[in-house]
Amino acid sequence: MPGPSFDRTSSDRSVIVIGAGPNGLACAHRLASKGRKVTLIEAEAHPGGGARALPDLAPGLTPSLAHLVWQLDPRVEAAMDLARHGLAWEATDIPTTVIGREGNLVIRGALTDGPDAAAWKELHQRLMSFAAALEPFRRMAPPRLQAAGNSWGRLAKNLIGIRALGTRDFRELLRVILINAHDVAQDELSDPRLRAALCFDAVLGAWAGPRSPNTLILLLDRLAGEIAGRKGALALPKGGMPALARAMANAATAAGVSLRSNARVSRINIADDQVTGITLESGETLAAPLVISAIGPKATILSLAGAQHFDTGLVTALRHQKSRGGTAKLHLALSALPDFQGADPRARILLTRDEHEVETAFNPVKYGEVPARPVMEVVIPTAFGGTGAHLLSANVQFAPHAPKAGEDAARAQMLAACMTRLEEAAPGIGALITKADLLMPYDIERQFGMAGGNWHHGELAVEQMLFNRPIAPLSRYATPLKGLWLTGAGTHPGGMSGAAGRNAADAVLEAKA
Amino acid sequence: MTYDALILGAGHNGLVTACYLARAGMKVLVVEKNDWVGGAAVSRELTPGFTYSNCSYVASLFRPEIMRDLELPRHGLQILPYEGGAVFQEGGGYLGMYRDHDANRREFARHSARDAEAYDVYSRDVLRFCRFIRPMLLRTPPDPARFRPRDLGELMFIGKQVSGLSERQIAEMVRFWTMSISDYLDHYFESPVIKAYLAVSAIIGTALGPMSPGSAYVLLHHYMGDVDGNIGAWGFARGGMGSITKALSSSLMASGGDIRTGSPVAQVLVKNGRSVGVVLENGDEIRAKRVISNMDVKRTMLKHVAEAELPGDYVASVRKFKTRGSSGKLNIALDGVPKFTALPEGSSAIKGDLHFTDSIEKMERAYDDWKNGHFSRDPFQDVMIPTMIDPTMTPPGKHFMSCFVQYAPPKIGGLAEGGRDWADADRDAFGQACLDQIERYAPGFKNLVRHVEVRTPRELEAEVGLTEGNIFQGELTFDQLLFNRPVPGYANYRTPVRDLWICGSSTHPGGGVMGAPGRNAAAEILRDAKLSPKDMSDAWPVL
Repeated sequence: MPGPSFDRTSSDRSVIVIGAGPNGLACAHRLASKGRKVTLIEAEAHPGGGARALPDLAPGLTPSLAHLVWQLDPRVEAAMDLARHGLAWEATDIPTTVIGREGNLVIRGALTDGPDAAAWKELHQRLMSFAAALEPFRRMAPPRLQAAGNSWGRLAKNLIGIRALGTRDFRELLRVILINAHDVAQDELSDPRLRAALCFDAVLGAWAGPRSPNTLILLLDRLAGEIAGRKGALALPKGGMPALARAMANAATAAGVSLRSNARVSRINIADDQVTGITLESGETLAAPLVISAIGPKATILSLAGAQHFDTGLVTALRHQKSRGGTAKLHLALSALPDFQGADPRARILLTRDEHEVETAFNPVKYGEVPARPVMEVVIPTAFGGTGAHLLSANVQFAPHAPKAGEDAARAQMLAACMTRLEEAAPGIGALITKADLLMPYDIERQFGMAGGNWHHGELAVEQMLFNRPIAPLSRYATPLKGLWLTGAGTHPGGMSGAAGRNAADAVLEAKA
Repeated sequence: MTYDALILGAGHNGLVTACYLARAGMKVLVVEKNDWVGGAAVSRELTPGFTYSNCSYVASLFRPEIMRDLELPRHGLQILPYEGGAVFQEGGGYLGMYRDHDANRREFARHSARDAEAYDVYSRDVLRFCRFIRPMLLRTPPDPARFRPRDLGELMFIGKQVSGLSERQIAEMVRFWTMSISDYLDHYFESPVIKAYLAVSAIIGTALGPMSPGSAYVLLHHYMGDVDGNIGAWGFARGGMGSITKALSSSLMASGGDIRTGSPVAQVLVKNGRSVGVVLENGDEIRAKRVISNMDVKRTMLKHVAEAELPGDYVASVRKFKTRGSSGKLNIALDGVPKFTALPEGSSAIKGDLHFTDSIEKMERAYDDWKNGHFSRDPFQDVMIPTMIDPTMTPPGKHFMSCFVQYAPPKIGGLAEGGRDWADADRDAFGQACLDQIERYAPGFKNLVRHVEVRTPRELEAEVGLTEGNIFQGELTFDQLLFNRPVPGYANYRTPVRDLWICGSSTHPGGGVMGAPGRNAAAEILRDAKLSPKDMSDAWPVL
């Protein structure tokens, strides 16, 4: 006789994952492949989160918020067998071209030209070795700051790995671990274009200028990634970022994940201090003893579950957790390929002439103002095969998340500043533009649900990393509320590599075991 | 004759080292380039009848263990705690500070009731961090890359300190150490002026702004001192900051040590990899079994030691050591007490630190100017009138005003090109900007001014010998703290040259007229010489 489900064996194995971004997908896939009955809930029509397809800017020109892949967790890539589910790479070794005062400079990993070629090679290799030594921490839940509850074997292995750098490099790592990117650039390099690239990459997506301490480690974190077995890769999937999202969604579905799109969660249901399921905006209720949310710690705890279920210390800490977005996203539809002073259009093009421009672009953003000369990372995904119309996609730094002048005025001001900068780097580009769209951090917050418009659902800054990510009491994916777990970029290690999703799934599996 | 120890520079740390070594029985000589002792803890009379604290101007961090060991009170040192303080607001209001807890609370509540509540919680939390760090001040940092018993022991000591905290407290402490003071204060407070007041200690002397990560640690650096056991309190040295170094000199003489002023060093003499003495600029040679430099590491190793005597790696590391100066100073002789329009008649606020920067944003904008190679157009000033408490520094009815100013860059202009040296005209414009700011809040102030000494990083470097005018002999960021200070692998006060030591603020735990680097260096030297540090008390386990 059908009635309310009290079938322990089936309900205990059902899991709801909220948010089908890369981490939600990786998490759902992992749990499904371990025999859990997983329902993945996505508010938008298409899965992918920051990688999903945005509405076409012009026929055939489909932008997305993320426009390149820096890292794809090898565990996730292998387990999801993404190649079988339709993922192919357009390129995994995209070079960087810096548009400088004295011509362009091309950087391919450790290789470049100019006066600093040797110095750059040495520095790059050292940074890569530091990144590799720190990388294993990305593949585990953050350590606990007490004796109990740690996997000491793994921690010891990771620490020995760092010490194995050798005395000289170990000391250097301890010196630079919290240093600012600007000082390293000035100490080690003389070419302003290389300094610019190092500084730009360190603060990409951050709310900090390169003179801020604790910024070099952000670069190390970025360099720790690998794609298709290639360390420090910079890649673009065939078909753009939405193709990566589709492949991950296909893999998850194939593993048995039931994916529900166009379903926005209105609340997480709680009874007797335990999660019982979720209610959708449509009014439909789904029951599950386990809910894992990938949509951001603040939104999950403060909005969906409700602050009343948590102690005030935790709630206050979470409210104060910093989540300022400093990056705007520019999309341009162009009638022809623009000419960045002869730069290969298939390169990632950096519009910053030296390290000072990166810092100077951050200054006004501290006060909620728009910089006169923003710095930009330009990608033209259509240059890899398109003809005729082209899409230019650019991350623009820095942009205020709460502008004093008001949202519309700031957006207009920012767009004008971007156009000036682009025209200077690619003369004539203005005449090619058929449509422009600029997403300010507050627009990103609205369209993607990222708190403050920050890519990581909470700033990826040292004081909010590892055992402090998102905040100390939530740092190991579990929450004090029975049955509620967190994953997503807001949890360790941040980003959209799928690592947070995989780590969270493993933590859930371990806890159940 | 050959001295047992020759100390280069009669700053407070050099004198502390000298005192301890002399007490342990060494024959000690201190050579000083200026005609007076004191380094940056100095009192000078530049206009008749007025004594200035020319550089450092308040005391708190000087370790009480050292005061007792060296009997400084007996040699004339007296620290007078000050009370009061105020931030003047642009619209004519002010925030006052009072020593009386309840009065202070009422004053905070006038600006924000919530912040008045939060202040007690905030003070308690910061005090916990102070408690953690204080025992480390008087210890040599471990070298985490070595496995010597001492290094492991020191690492274990730190581990033990950490294990006394709960998991939550450790996480909170790591967060505090790495974040900006602006973000940290946002957790507790809402009033911009209260935040601006509390952020001050986080930027004094640094090349950071209040929004720079790592600035919260600097706040701790200024809070971990005490006056008469009152942690976080600050005071004036009676007779000016030179009284500290005068008492140290007197203590040194009493132990049989000697000081030679007006004797600038040209070169450290190195023979077979060991330092054997120095040659002075006048050509005199002084022989010693060991040479201990109170100068910063850059000045010592790059200017006074032949590069051929040093490993290339070490020289490269010393070059990377950051000493960007960020502050200037105005010392002013006044004919009377300036009248600040915002303050009620007779307010005790004037007996403390006075500020004109009423928001963190203004402070940060002042920092932006510095980054661009310009002194701050609307500078942050920490203004004191020590003579409100200590009448010994000026004739009756007259006053000495000390204005510590941020930010002032080591070079002027030209971000990309590195800038040019300060010219007299720059210095004068800088001084004028500061005087104008005070005049805005105390009309008629300029009419009281009899004499002004304006010091920019240029003057600080030329007179005191602080490279680039950095008052801490090296910036206080993690890459230059603890085992990284001054150079990884050499945090134990040694250098690659045998018998050449460093004892100034370039070494752990850094600057702030603390005396700790000097004491720690002396402890290492005595251990190396197998002498007992008989008059050296252990780190005082306060609280």
